[in-house]
Amino acid sequence: MSSFARRDWQVATATLFRQETVRVRSITFEVAAWAGHMAGQHVDVRLTAENGYQAQRSYSIASPARRGPDIELTVERIGDGEVSPFLTEELHAGDTIELRGPIGGYFTWGPAISLPLMLIAGGSGVVPLMSMLRTRHQSGSKIPVRLLYSSRSAEDIIYRGELERLVANRDGFRLMHTLTRGAPAGWEGQTRRVDRAMLVECGFQPAEEPRIFVCGPTSFVETVADQLVGLGHSELAIKTERFGPTGDKR
Amino acid sequence: MKVTRGFKGKQGEPGSASDRVPPGQFVTRDFPVLTAGPTQQTVLESWSLALQNGGQALGRWNWAQFEALPQTERTFDIHCVTKWTKLDTCWRGVTFDDLIKAAGLTSTPHLYVMAHCDGGYTTNLPVADLMGGKGMVATHFDELPLPATHGGPARLLVPHLYFWKSAKWLRRLVFMETNAPGFWESLGYHIYGDPWREQRYSGD
Repeated sequence: MSSFARRDWQVATATLFRQETVRVRSITFEVAAWAGHMAGQHVDVRLTAENGYQAQRSYSIASPARRGPDIELTVERIGDGEVSPFLTEELHAGDTIELRGPIGGYFTWGPAISLPLMLIAGGSGVVPLMSMLRTRHQSGSKIPVRLLYSSRSAEDIIYRGELERLVANRDGFRLMHTLTRGAPAGWEGQTRRVDRAMLVECGFQPAEEPRIFVCGPTSFVETVADQLVGLGHSELAIKTERFGPTGDKR
Repeated sequence: MKVTRGFKGKQGEPGSASDRVPPGQFVTRDFPVLTAGPTQQTVLESWSLALQNGGQALGRWNWAQFEALPQTERTFDIHCVTKWTKLDTCWRGVTFDDLIKAAGLTSTPHLYVMAHCDGGYTTNLPVADLMGGKGMVATHFDELPLPATHGGPARLLVPHLYFWKSAKWLRRLVFMETNAPGFWESLGYHIYGDPWREQRYSGD
């Protein structure tokens, strides 16, 4: 991106909802003057109470790179959260919020990048990576791409059906699921935390110079990024986004 | 201001509104980690901090020399552009003023500084925002050596600006004649980053 226009708050009208898991809901917003975004970017959301009190949070964009008016956010309900319980449970079709963006010009991908694409997600960290997969599919790109996706249980997998449909296109997308808290009968994916062996099996060789995006809870991203460096991937090829508590209270 | 139907929020809870919390921020007790890439693992034996005027060396300290500089302990509130604010964080390190003194300088050569870090991260700052006790190079958090995830062995600490200016894994402070954007400042984030004026992004 070469120039940055001022990011003004824009009115966004909720139009469509899709319950992804018990705690995760996708919301399509109509934003009349949305100027477009790159896969991997996020928006700032602002909610205003009747007395003027406001709360802001950032959410990754799930929809593919394109101009408006529709953008989709996928929001995980945080138990003691202030904004996510409202977005996942109280927002109705036709309600309006404010948002601004797109924000972030580093954790981004576009089909003009011809190198293999390695995506590694923990939980709702899959959201910006889904925007990359959708952007790739929309563009007709055949760039080899792999998604290693760690969820707690099968019920916690976001976009499960759509990911299977993307695999069925047989256009160079390979998907590996792993579950960390038990698997249902007949589960064919992995059943442990992402480790070095899994990254070797699912990933590309460092010599293939993959672009690597890792998104998930802090401890997940720390572990995976360290292992990728240990496997010989260039640090500059590894882009990360961390979220959630670290437990570092001090 | 556009009211969101049905939204009340957590107003009234301790820390939800305070004259210590800048606009758009919320208070967390946690210490989140935000980094654009892998955490840098810097060994103390090969660590050094350099102070430079462009390419010209003004001062350079290895770990033992740096630890022998006057140490300052200060408590600050910190504000991340991703919206969290953490109150009463306790740091120890060497103030920028003491670094300038240790380098034998009586004045600074230029008005701006670029901080350079392991991993290639950079961020730009006016010298005025580092002087007068406003900026330091921190090596300890809550009386313990700063963990690598939070920027150890040494990070820049400029708590009155958004926390991306407090660069992790600091290795070089380079004076520059004219202001120039660092890493995030080149990617749409504000060139200065004052949380009280909510200067998050370019144009704010």
